[in-house]
Amino acid sequence: MSYWEFLQTYGARLADGTVVTCAQFILAALIAVAIAVVAGLGKLSPNPVIRGIAVVYIEIFRGTSLLVQLYWIFFVLPLFGLTLEKFTAGYLAVGMNLGAYGAELVRGAILSVPRGQYEAALALNMSPAQRMRRIIFPQALKIMLPTWGNLLIELLKGTALVSLISVADLMFQAKQINASSFLSAQAFGTALIIYYVLARFALTPFMRWLERLMARREGRI
Amino acid sequence: MQWRWDFMWEVLPRLIVATGNTLLAAGIGYGIAVVLGLVLALAQRTPFKPLTMMVREVVEFIRSTPLVLQIFFVFYVGPQFGIRLAPWTAGMIAIGLHYASYLSEVYRGGLESVPKGQWEAATALNLSTARTYSRIIIPQALPPSLAGMGNYLVGIFKDTPMLSVIGVAELMHTANAIGSESYRFLEPYTMVGAIFLAISLPTAALIRSFEAWVRKKLGMTR
Repeated sequence: MSYWEFLQTYGARLADGTVVTCAQFILAALIAVAIAVVAGLGKLSPNPVIRGIAVVYIEIFRGTSLLVQLYWIFFVLPLFGLTLEKFTAGYLAVGMNLGAYGAELVRGAILSVPRGQYEAALALNMSPAQRMRRIIFPQALKIMLPTWGNLLIELLKGTALVSLISVADLMFQAKQINASSFLSAQAFGTALIIYYVLARFALTPFMRWLERLMARREGRI
Repeated sequence: MQWRWDFMWEVLPRLIVATGNTLLAAGIGYGIAVVLGLVLALAQRTPFKPLTMMVREVVEFIRSTPLVLQIFFVFYVGPQFGIRLAPWTAGMIAIGLHYASYLSEVYRGGLESVPKGQWEAATALNLSTARTYSRIIIPQALPPSLAGMGNYLVGIFKDTPMLSVIGVAELMHTANAIGSESYRFLEPYTMVGAIFLAISLPTAALIRSFEAWVRKKLGMTR
């Protein structure tokens, strides 16, 4: 079977899988960003309880494997009466895991905003929330954006694991095609190339665009 | 569902044996990655441009595609061409190669941080390229690489559960087996998480203090 025939036969299934992978990626990324901001700010909180919760969350999710967390959320949570659909469990686990890594980026970026900015905001009598929202966070965002690019590639790679709880993503389709046709090189090779194209020619340019956008906005202020 | 301590104690010995396999897999994989990573980093510094560019692309490709898919690829593509690899072999190749590409980036950063004057001094002393690398450049490139190398040591350990998909009998694989034999997933999966935490947190702390110690020993600030 030539590669062209392979694509004609199985291309549609790989395309379906790619759509699911993209959906998983977008949902997981939204969760990861939200958790990263909350946990990152939480770790900087002066309140020891909030700080403690953030630290425990970050250490647990960074200290164990994504696969362990995914299985735990999918197989163990139902035992406590919280049954999640596999699609939901998938992006939730990926998002929660990468969110813990993102929290460290958020924290690091906020700490690297020059101290004078805090002092100036304080001198202008801004409330702590105003200070964070209007002065510190926008500058931190610009600092951390390039590292988020790498983290989002990790997140895209992480979504491949949801195939192990049978979410029909790209990886899952490649596995199915391999099992029914034994065309391993074509099935897995094509999937690898699709992941690479998504990371290199969709995600990376998008992050560059976002960085340029931020730089422009900052210039205008 | 209730947590059953007796069941936990019953399965704990099997999980501990499997932890040995997990550590072994991480160790072998890391060994491959440390050596191969250096090869990949040095290959990107040769004056022969096509090689440099090719290695660069390969590293980019491996870095931006999922490890679990690479494990499947290595394991299943071999037999298609008549090469049968044992799960352990395929797993070690895949994970070693994946982390080699990460480590090559760490080394690259370290190598680039060595001041140009060191090269010029080595040239003035009439040292060969091989000698310059082994005696002058790599020893200086190592300390700035240590942090990244330590992170990826913990990283490779946390990625070993992916080897369970091709049947390497490590921790996750054993937990799956226990779960499907007894229909109890709570204890095995929770214990796997606890074992990972119990190993990765102290290791990460140890690596941080080792790095600080090296920096102090070499009289580097920060």
